[in-house]
Amino acid sequence: MKKFMVVLALCMFLAANVPAMAKEWTTVRIGVEGAYPPFSYVQPDGELAGFDIDIAKALVEAMGAEVVLVAQDWDGMIPALMAKKYDAIIASMSITEERLKKVNFSKKYYRTPAKFIAKKGSVPTFSKEALKGKTVGVQRATIHDQYLTDVYGKDVEIKRYGSQDEAYLDLVAGRVDMLLADSVALSDGFLKKEEGKDYEFVGPDLNDRKWFGDGAGIAIRKQDKDLEELFNKAIETIRANGVYKTIQDKYFDFDVYGD
Amino acid sequence: MDFSIITGNIDVYLEGLKNTLILVSLSLIAGLAMAIPLAVLRVIGNPFIQWPIRAFVYFFRGTPLLVQMFLVYYGFGQFDAMKDSFLWPLFKEAYFCALLTFSLNTCAYTVEILRGSIVATPHGEVEAATAAGMSRLLMLRRIILPSAFRRALPAYSNEIIFMLHGSALASVITIVDITGAARIINSRFYSPYEAFITAALFYMAITFTIVFFIRLLEKKWHAHLQPADQSVITIEAPHENITG
Repeated sequence: MKKFMVVLALCMFLAANVPAMAKEWTTVRIGVEGAYPPFSYVQPDGELAGFDIDIAKALVEAMGAEVVLVAQDWDGMIPALMAKKYDAIIASMSITEERLKKVNFSKKYYRTPAKFIAKKGSVPTFSKEALKGKTVGVQRATIHDQYLTDVYGKDVEIKRYGSQDEAYLDLVAGRVDMLLADSVALSDGFLKKEEGKDYEFVGPDLNDRKWFGDGAGIAIRKQDKDLEELFNKAIETIRANGVYKTIQDKYFDFDVYGD
Repeated sequence: MDFSIITGNIDVYLEGLKNTLILVSLSLIAGLAMAIPLAVLRVIGNPFIQWPIRAFVYFFRGTPLLVQMFLVYYGFGQFDAMKDSFLWPLFKEAYFCALLTFSLNTCAYTVEILRGSIVATPHGEVEAATAAGMSRLLMLRRIILPSAFRRALPAYSNEIIFMLHGSALASVITIVDITGAARIINSRFYSPYEAFITAALFYMAITFTIVFFIRLLEKKWHAHLQPADQSVITIEAPHENITG
């Protein structure tokens, strides 16, 4: 029995050490969302697609590793990263102070402003006063949620959704008057589509760094410094060799990398 | 672990607690009120009455609560006819959608619980009531239903607790119940452990209270099944003769 315990302890020791020794990053598991068009969405055939997905594939390829995509609901994204369900998050996640307490980020891979949308003509002049009493939908656990709660929390009724798609459904159903989200996601994921034709952007571009951070980055566990470096290098590589531009042009007709 | 994020945001949880309590108690009251007549009709009604009730119960027991809620909340919102109708102001509210779904769901389960205990009424009780010349309605009111409620109580207490736990799904359609509060706190501080263990404690406290009151009720309704009162029966110890 004693011998068995020794062997068992040895096995556990070895098992615990194998991943540490094999930190070659031959495969990188990426957490993605899948309900945030055009950045990530599920195609009719069930395959994941979108800007984030293509960027994820391109970056891991630039590292010379294999990519495994893991779909995860948005509000469990960071906890699942810390629970090692995957090694990095590429899901349009903005780099913010609050998140940096828990995880590290690569350099940004794109940056676009946030904006409100509402039914055409329903908000003729945008001001804090005009928003009073309105119901505004937002995706839970996003920078937009944080901004809305901090800045308009006392003036508007906030409805929080698990995904952007659900928020669109309720805007069309008339349960919310306005939505706040990333401007590109709103325009490509909703306004340009049939169901979004009666809606329009209202108010200014929102990109205050206090809430909207430095753009979207790749989230990595704090201890995986090497992976963070690999991602930073990979971003530079695909920016330089034109792969980034090819992917960008596939989805957008403007520069999403920002300044 | 950092529970200051909970104590600092306890008002979010209290708001959630209020919503959960209102939602669950209203659903249970509405569900039970509908279930009693439906259960009786399900037992004594003619086939034309029985079949729709059967279909209703089968639908609500045959599909997950989450699917039912999505159907009512997002599903109905898809139809323009629905959005133009006078009912829309009600269906527009997430609260109403959750209340409706929960009530119908718990109603379906309660119908089955009550049906089972009505069918199981001891034959002797019915015979005695007939012999005493009771009309069917009087018999139902005085004999069958009270007797059925007693038998249904343990199963129904389970249903109450299931409904409480099922109500966590309301958080999916934007309602801030206890789970919704936990999700807000989790998303703000990325601390799922603290956020959800607090929610769990709230649910446990409510469950504990429910169980306490059910036990009181059981003591009252099942008095005839309790062991006899100890103060009435005294068992004397046999006398021992020490000197003998």
